[in-house]
Amino acid sequence: MSRLLERSATLPPPIARQAPETPLALTHVTAHPRLRRSRWPARLDLLQSASGLFLALFLVAHMFFVSSILISQDAFYTVARFFEGAYFLATPQPWIVSCVVGGVLAVFVLHAWLALRKFPASFRQYQAFAEHRARLRHDDTGLWWLQLWTGFALFFLASIHLYGMLVHPELIGPYESADRVWTGSMWPLYLLLLFAAEIHGGIGLYRLALKWGWLPGGNPDAARRRLRRLKTAFSLFFIGLGLVSLLAYVRLGIAHAERAGERYAPSGDGTPATLAEGAAVTPVVVPSRRGG
Amino acid sequence: MSTDTPRQLTLRILRSSPGEGIAPHWQDFRVDEAEGMTLFIALNEIRDTLDPSLQFDFVCRAGICGSCGMLIDGRPGLACRSLTRDFGPLITLAPLPVFALIGDLSVDTGSWMRGTAERLETWIHSQAEPDLTAVEARMEPELAEAIYELDRCIECGCCVAGCGTLRMREDFVGAVGLNKIARFRLDPRDERSDEDYYELIGDDSGVFGCMSLLGCHDVCPKGLPLQTQIAFLRRRMVAVGLK
Ligand code: HEM
Ligand code: SF4
Ligand code: SF4
Ligand code: FES
Repeated sequence: MSRLLERSATLPPPIARQAPETPLALTHVTAHPRLRRSRWPARLDLLQSASGLFLALFLVAHMFFVSSILISQDAFYTVARFFEGAYFLATPQPWIVSCVVGGVLAVFVLHAWLALRKFPASFRQYQAFAEHRARLRHDDTGLWWLQLWTGFALFFLASIHLYGMLVHPELIGPYESADRVWTGSMWPLYLLLLFAAEIHGGIGLYRLALKWGWLPGGNPDAARRRLRRLKTAFSLFFIGLGLVSLLAYVRLGIAHAERAGERYAPSGDGTPATLAEGAAVTPVVVPSRRGG
Repeated sequence: MSTDTPRQLTLRILRSSPGEGIAPHWQDFRVDEAEGMTLFIALNEIRDTLDPSLQFDFVCRAGICGSCGMLIDGRPGLACRSLTRDFGPLITLAPLPVFALIGDLSVDTGSWMRGTAERLETWIHSQAEPDLTAVEARMEPELAEAIYELDRCIECGCCVAGCGTLRMREDFVGAVGLNKIARFRLDPRDERSDEDYYELIGDDSGVFGCMSLLGCHDVCPKGLPLQTQIAFLRRRMVAVGLK
């Protein structure tokens, strides 16, 4: 059939073909410029990827900042104050953190809004995809489903977290964060958020590469397999790092529970307050808070 | 295969006949597996010996005509190219979704493909008066190869049935159409520009609707490079969109 159509190249141009009953009227319109299709779908598609990439890179950086608690409480304290401009300005300015969070929130909202275009828009669509996925048993189709659900969860989980950081930027520090995690009962949310974000981000980056054809090496199929392994490694690594960090905050939060609300002050003698203080890997007995 | 007693296969077929008002229902057929048996052979055996009313399509028996696409254990594939030995003793067969059902395993891919061809204008667009007596313009062998590679599509519809996006949104073009655009884009005889192609596929029912699930790529029985072609078109169309 395709052959036949190709040979139809010598047929009259499409206008006459589409509206054979009104050919004369249409031939007079040719002076008007052709209605151009909107360029927005292209831009939105690019924005979807750009916002996703930004969020994923932010996620990576964020995870490294947060996990500085594993080095020492002072290390995390230093990172937190750094983002308040403490090392460039006279005094730490928490509103700088609010601005950064505001920016991330804006990208996040944009990304979620764009992602809505891809969500099943009705139960019929939902059912069609669910049935298709179950029957096809196809890895990448299943990954998209996972991305959809983790993305949906992020709507709520990430919003709560981002709002907290937006309005209380000054409450980021070893004790402050640990108190929020434990005494403030945020750890269940953070646990879910960790899994949702790392799974969603990992799959998102993988899809990003496929979507735009960034396939290192000569053989696209081999590159895809490699990327898929990389994606799994990405998610596992950051979930692991996140779990260990969250555990550190939980232990510190438990240890600091009676004095919840107390602000952290770095150890004055310059020796970093080690993990063993408060967030000990060995069972916590009574935490000693030197230099606190 | 060894001289062991042949396997007994059960083909569980989703039967229906919209014309006669017969609703979809599963029916089991038992056949003895033979050496090198394809699903096409098994289906013919069923029709010849068990149930002459069984409807399914085939023409070439060699993966060329694209008539025998069906869901084999839930995945789109060509019956004539599927060896029964690659499957378990119970094989389920269902008609391809998306396409109009004729009856049992037979669907009308032709009308759908024709619709796609008309929608995407998959023919050479040239302003020049064709000169039927002139010698055809030369083409570099590499280019001819590249076009031929994409022209291998047999319009079997497997990619259409394998696409989750298309299952959700029936107006999505599907990989077969995007591949054709990629093919004509390569062809120097087609004078259309990327702006012209943008008019055809530059929206969410076109290339931007594709969610890169790659079901199409993974089920295409001809092994067409759909993944890289769609990504390429996406880049080209975004470039138009940013201009
Ligand atoms: C409200 C929260 C979010 C929702 C609802 C959401 C939803 C989605 C959906 C449905 C897709 C698939 C889009 C497509 O197939 O084209 C997607 C893609 C993506 N998401 Fe998210 N997401 C959210 C937050 C995030 C976050 C926090 C990150 C960072 C880790 C992220 C990273 C990505 C990436 C990298 C992609 C791939 C972009 C693309 O395919 O063009 N998303 N998101
Ligand atoms: S692209 Fe492949 S799966 Fe799709 S119709 Fe052509 S040959 Fe069939
Ligand atoms: S990549 Fe996925 S969404 Fe795109 S055409 Fe193929 S199966 Fe459909
Ligand atoms: S019978 Fe022609 S492709 Fe199977």
